[in-house]
Amino acid sequence: MFDLDKWQEITAALKKNKLRTILTGLGVMFGILILVTLLGIGRGFQNNIQSSLGNFATNSTVFWVERTTKAYKGLPRNRFYQFTNDDLLALKKNIPELEHIAPDINGWSGGATHNTFRKEKKGNFRIKGTSPEMNMVNPVEVVSGRFINENDLKEFRKVITIGPRVKELMFEEDEDPIGQYLKVNGIFFKIIGEIKPLSNNMGNRDDIIQLPYTTLQQLYNYGDKFYVFLATAKVGESVAELEDKIFEILARRHSIHPEDRQAIGNFNIAKIFNKIFGLFNSIGFLFWVIGFGVLITGVIGVSNIMHVVVKERTKELGIKRAIGAKPALVVGQIINESVFLTTFAGFWGLVLGVVIVELIGKATEGSPNPQILNPYVDINVAFIALGVLVFFGVLAGLLPAQRAIRIKPVDALRYE
Amino acid sequence: MIRLQNIHKSYITGTNKLHVLKGIDLHIKEGELVSIMGSSGSGKSTLLNILGLLDNHDEGVYVLNNEEIKSMSETKAAKLRNNLLGFVFQSFNLISFKNAMENVALPLYYQKVSRKKRNSLAIEYLDKMGLKEWAHHMPNELSGGQKQRVAIARAMITQPKIILADEPTGALDSATSIEVMDLLREINQSGITVIIVTHENDIAHMTDRIINLKDGVIESIVENNKINHTESVKIPLQE
Ligand SMILES: Nc1ncnc2c1ncn2[C@@H]1O[C@H](COP(=O)(O)OP(=O)(O)OP(=O)(O)O)[C@@H](O)[C@H]1O
Ligand SMILES: [Mg+2]
Repeated sequence: MFDLDKWQEITAALKKNKLRTILTGLGVMFGILILVTLLGIGRGFQNNIQSSLGNFATNSTVFWVERTTKAYKGLPRNRFYQFTNDDLLALKKNIPELEHIAPDINGWSGGATHNTFRKEKKGNFRIKGTSPEMNMVNPVEVVSGRFINENDLKEFRKVITIGPRVKELMFEEDEDPIGQYLKVNGIFFKIIGEIKPLSNNMGNRDDIIQLPYTTLQQLYNYGDKFYVFLATAKVGESVAELEDKIFEILARRHSIHPEDRQAIGNFNIAKIFNKIFGLFNSIGFLFWVIGFGVLITGVIGVSNIMHVVVKERTKELGIKRAIGAKPALVVGQIINESVFLTTFAGFWGLVLGVVIVELIGKATEGSPNPQILNPYVDINVAFIALGVLVFFGVLAGLLPAQRAIRIKPVDALRYE
Repeated sequence: MIRLQNIHKSYITGTNKLHVLKGIDLHIKEGELVSIMGSSGSGKSTLLNILGLLDNHDEGVYVLNNEEIKSMSETKAAKLRNNLLGFVFQSFNLISFKNAMENVALPLYYQKVSRKKRNSLAIEYLDKMGLKEWAHHMPNELSGGQKQRVAIARAMITQPKIILADEPTGALDSATSIEVMDLLREINQSGITVIIVTHENDIAHMTDRIINLKDGVIESIVENNKINHTESVKIPLQE
């Protein structure tokens, strides 16, 4: 309930020394301003990193073939081998922790000339074999049409999806590429989907043409072989353990010495992700600590002022107690003032902080390589900050209030 | 209404102990108009503060309105002060940032009386003091006599049983002092017990009974201008 009398008491007390009240309020205001701004910027940093990672599965690992470095089972060292489609089936069958596995196969690019033709148009694009599972590991957005599916793989269909750059160069602006054909490396492919890359994690993929990897293997006479694949662990499973199991099975299948880890190239992407996220967590934590420190300084200022204010008003409080103000009421009133001062100042700090973060966002929006992307103030953070302010406001008022009622009314009345 | 038995009070400042009240026995009946006299430092204010529950006594029995006052919580004391007692101080003790009406209404705020009601009551009491036109003036715009009348209105607004006044005329000229005393006598006539601390003989002689304090004990009690020695005053334990 809005209590006008309480309100008047609060404002009367704070108005008594306006400059002091304003300066104290500024302390809290800057505290919350700095906290909010730092957290907003921290969020911006994180957004920037996350957007360049896109939706790349963060629990993934990549394997590629190398030469063996140990002789094994009568086979010489420095031997070359290739992964096969059967490897994929074996891995899937034997490793329950494995979520997705997808070979990454490149087709020929045209080198200095062109590899793709349509009517008078021509271009040179990157050709990649893909699978529905690849889209789970390193996803793209389907703008229109559809992505490669299992049937495309099974039936070696000559279908492709194209990236934005391909569409731009091979089609007129108002043309719908779906259902149209492109001649790639001398073979006609039907376009079934238009895609947009979601990350630049595996290189820029705007100029990409993807086809079922089985089709690619067949047309390029790769047989059932490939050099590189990606795999992801199921949620909660360790990527490192998954890697061990994959190595073990592949080594057995390709007669590689069980200790010859160099024979199979492997890169734990998850490890890198964790490092990056760890870094951001520590930066975020540091920002919290700094912002909080500044805020605390402001709150200490409030407590200090409340102490002085209460001391100055000793006599007034003595009078009030003499005519019937109960201790709880006196304490409540001092805490009210303190909370009012901190929350009022803090609120404006919050508002200013949000504006500043917004301005930083606007300023970095247009830049081609922003360090900070979409910084924003989490509504939860704002509420937490306000909650903290109220809490500290109570705390800042509590000590002086205790002092105010500890002295006897008679001593308070005598105070000059 | 008030019964004191062997009341002692000492102040401890640093290592010194100052024994101010050295066994006060006193009985004040409902509706009396009493003054407490004595030289400076004799303990008049100390006694009044104990009576007003603003300070506590060290030893002895204090019965106020049939209730023994013994190590009570501040909350309880505040409630009793609010309901039972009204204070008038030498230095008025008005709240400087509240106008006359708000000052008078303040004790009712602590009784959670609505703003409208307590303000209209405050105006009524100010009117009785002849200060209706000054209701919206701040204390620093009032004369000493006016301030004291505002303070009396504030003391009266809760309809207390006892008014405690510590040198209510101490800061006023003699004409104004008489006015204030007339007011207090009027209040007493309405049945309220009034206790006035003063060192002015004229003021004391306007009361029914004069209690003379000296060195922390009651030296004599003057009743209707007749001297009774304390030794001869017997205080019955039961009312
Ligand atoms: N809070 C205190 N601490 C220490 N000594 C005190 C305190 N209050 C009063 N005294 C001492 O107690 C004695 C009695 O004080 P009190 O105020 O009761 O005197 P009084 O009779 O009211 O005098 P006056 O006529 O000057 O007002 C004085 O010597 C005073 O210095
Ligand atoms: Mg005195």
